[in-house]
Amino acid sequence: MRNSFLPRLILIFPCMNMLLMPWALILEIKNIQLNIVDNDHSVVSQRLVNKIESSTYFRLTGMSDSYSNALVELEKDRADIILEIPRNFEKDWVTGNNANVLIAANAVNGTKGGLGSSYLASIISDYAKELRAENPPAAGTKMLPNIRIDSQNLFNPYLNYKLYMVPALMVMLLTLLCGFLPALNVVSEKEVGTIEQINVTPVPKFLFILAKLLPYWIIGFIVLTLCFGLAWAFYGVAPVGSFGTIYLFASLFVLGISGCGLVISNYSATLQQAMFVMWFFLLILILMSGLFTPISSMPEWAQTITYFNPLRYLMQVMRMVYLKGSGLTELLPELGTLALFAVTLNVWAVLSYRKSH
Amino acid sequence: MKQFIAFVKKEFYHIFRDRRTMLILLGMPVVQIIIFGFAITTELHHVKVGVLNPSNDVLARQIVDRLGANEYFTIHQSISSPQAMKEAFLRNQIDMAVVFSDQFSNDLYKDRAQVQLVVDATDPNMAAMQSNYATQIISTTAYELLPPGTAKSMVPTIKLLYNPQMKSVYNFVPGVMGLILMLICAMMTSISIVREKETGTMEVLLVSPVRSLFIILSKAVPYFVLSFVNLTTILLLSVFVLHVPIAGSLFALVVVSLIFIFVSLALGLLISSITHTQVAAMLVSGLVLMMPTMLLSGMIFPIESMPLVLRLIADILPARWYIQAVRKLMIEGLPIALVLKEVVILIAMAVLLVTLSLKKFKYRLE
Repeated sequence: MRNSFLPRLILIFPCMNMLLMPWALILEIKNIQLNIVDNDHSVVSQRLVNKIESSTYFRLTGMSDSYSNALVELEKDRADIILEIPRNFEKDWVTGNNANVLIAANAVNGTKGGLGSSYLASIISDYAKELRAENPPAAGTKMLPNIRIDSQNLFNPYLNYKLYMVPALMVMLLTLLCGFLPALNVVSEKEVGTIEQINVTPVPKFLFILAKLLPYWIIGFIVLTLCFGLAWAFYGVAPVGSFGTIYLFASLFVLGISGCGLVISNYSATLQQAMFVMWFFLLILILMSGLFTPISSMPEWAQTITYFNPLRYLMQVMRMVYLKGSGLTELLPELGTLALFAVTLNVWAVLSYRKSH
Repeated sequence: MKQFIAFVKKEFYHIFRDRRTMLILLGMPVVQIIIFGFAITTELHHVKVGVLNPSNDVLARQIVDRLGANEYFTIHQSISSPQAMKEAFLRNQIDMAVVFSDQFSNDLYKDRAQVQLVVDATDPNMAAMQSNYATQIISTTAYELLPPGTAKSMVPTIKLLYNPQMKSVYNFVPGVMGLILMLICAMMTSISIVREKETGTMEVLLVSPVRSLFIILSKAVPYFVLSFVNLTTILLLSVFVLHVPIAGSLFALVVVSLIFIFVSLALGLLISSITHTQVAAMLVSGLVLMMPTMLLSGMIFPIESMPLVLRLIADILPARWYIQAVRKLMIEGLPIALVLKEVVILIAMAVLLVTLSLKKFKYRLE
C-alpha cells in the first residue's frame, strides 16, 4: 500500500474499463451498408426498396445501375451487402412464378455477412407474405395450411448486448488485477532482494503464502463492489439473482487466480519473465473463457481444454446469476469446481515456494 | 559500421540468453493462430434444443426431425411442461426450446397451428442466429405443405463473397498479425531500452564511441528481424494449417507489413523515452497499446458499431489501418491501388512517430 501507484491502479483501471469497454465490445450488427441494384424499376421492386430502407439494420448507401458497379462500391468499402433485383421481377411475381433476387454479402467478417444477409432475406420473405395477403386467393378455395412461427427471447428480451458483456467484463477485470499483481509480487521481492530476509525468519511457507494472498483477496472484493456500482449506475445492469451468490463464487475464484499468479511468480527469476509468462497464460485463458465467443461454438478438443479454465466457470456463473437469476442449487457443480481450483493452485503455490536456492 | 554490427550482435545475445521470453515470443504467434483459427469462432454449432410437444403428432415430429438433421441443432431432450423448460434454461441444459401448440396438426388448416421458438437470449447474437435458422427450417417445411400452384414466393439467392463458408478465421488472421507485430516491436523494444536505463548499463553504452543514434538502431534491428520471422510463421501457418489463402499479391502484403513494423518500432522508442522503469514501460505498452489494439482495432468487434468517441480513438491506432489493409490485400485480394488510403495513413504515422521519438530521445542521462 506504500506504493502510491497500486491503489490508484486498483481504482482507476476498473473505472476506465467499465466505462469504455462495454461500448466497444459490441458485436451487434447495425448500420449495414446496403447497395441496391434495381434492374426492374417497377412498383413492386420500389416498395421492396422502401421497406428495406425503413429497417433499422440497413443503411442504403447507394443505388447502382449494374451489379459490376455495385461490386466496385463493395470493394471500396462503401457497401457491405448488394441486393440485385432482376429485370421482370414484377412480371414474374404477378404471373405466379417465383421472383428471385440476389443477395451478395461481403463475408470477410462472417457474422456480419451471415447475419446481414439473413436479416435481408427475412425482410424479403415478410414482404412476399405482405403481398400475398393483399391478394388473397379467390373466395371459395379452401383454407391453406399455415404454420405460425414466432420467437421469444428469454432473459434478455431486447437483445441488449451490454447486458451480456458487462458481467463478463467484471470477471476479466478481477482476473487481470488479482492475477497480475501477485505474479509480480514475489518476483519483485526476489529482484530487490528482500526475499532473503523473509527466508531467514521462522515464518512457515504456508503462512507466508497466505499473507501474500489476503491483500489480493480484499482487493478482489473492492474491485467487484466497485464494478457492481458502476454497472448499476451507468448501464442500469443489476443481477436478477443475489449478490451473495456472486460474492461467494468470486471469493473462491480470486483465491484460485491469485494462487496461479503466485505459482508463476515462484518459478520466474525476473520481473520481465513473470510478466510475459502471465501475459501468455492470461491471454489464452481469457480467449478460451467464452468472454468473446461462445464455448459451445468451439470444437470438441477446445471445449475439453476449457474445463481446466477457472475463468470459464466464473464467467458462466456471472452471466447466469446476472441474466437468468440462477441460484445456488443450480450452480452447485460450478461451486465445487472453483473450490477445487482454489485449493489445488494454492497448495501448488505453497509447495513451489522454496526458501533455499 | 563494425561497431554497429557488434552492437546488433550484443542485442541478439540479450534475446537468445533469456530462453523463456524467447520461447514465448516465438510460440505466441503459433498458439494465437491455433486458438483463433480453431477455437474462437462465432459460428453456430451444437445448439441444444429442447422440445415441448404436447400433441406429439406426426407433423410436429417431422419438424423436430428436420431440425435435428441440421448441423447446427442437436435435439437434446424432450420437455414435459413449461415449468420443466424454465428449469432447464436456468441450469444451462438447453439453449433453445421449440414449443408446439396443443393440437398442432388438427389446427393446421384453421390458421391456429403455432410453433414458438423460445431462445436463451443471454448472448444476443447467438439468439438471433438460432431463431433465424430455426425459422427458416420450419418455414421450408410449411412451404412444402402448400398444394402446388398456390405457392409463390420471393426466393433470395444468397451469395457470400470472399468467405463463402463464413469462417471466422478469415476475420481473425489479419487481427492476430497486427497484434503480434505490435507486441513484439513496441513492447519488447521499449522494455529492452528501459532495462538498460534501469540497471544503469545505459551509461556504459553512452560513453562508448558509438553514436547514440546507432545504439537505438541496434536495439531495433533484432526485433525487426524477430517480427519478420513471426510474420513468416503466421503467414505459413494460416496458409497451410488454416487454409486461408493469400488472395492478393504477397509483395504488397509484405510491403504494408514492413511499414507497420516501422510504425510499431517508432512507438516502442517513444515509450522508452518517456518511461523510466520496466514496469511502467510494460504497463504503458500493455494498457495503452495492447488492450486498445485488441479491442478497438476491429479485430473482434466491428468498428462501425462503436459510438463516435471510440471510433475516433480507433482511428488513431496504427493497427486499425494495418488490419484493414491486410484484410483487403490478403482476404479480398484487392489490388494495392484500393488500399492507398491505409498505406498513406500508415506512412504518415511512421514519419510522425520516428521524428517525434528521435526528438524526444535524450542523449544525456539526467
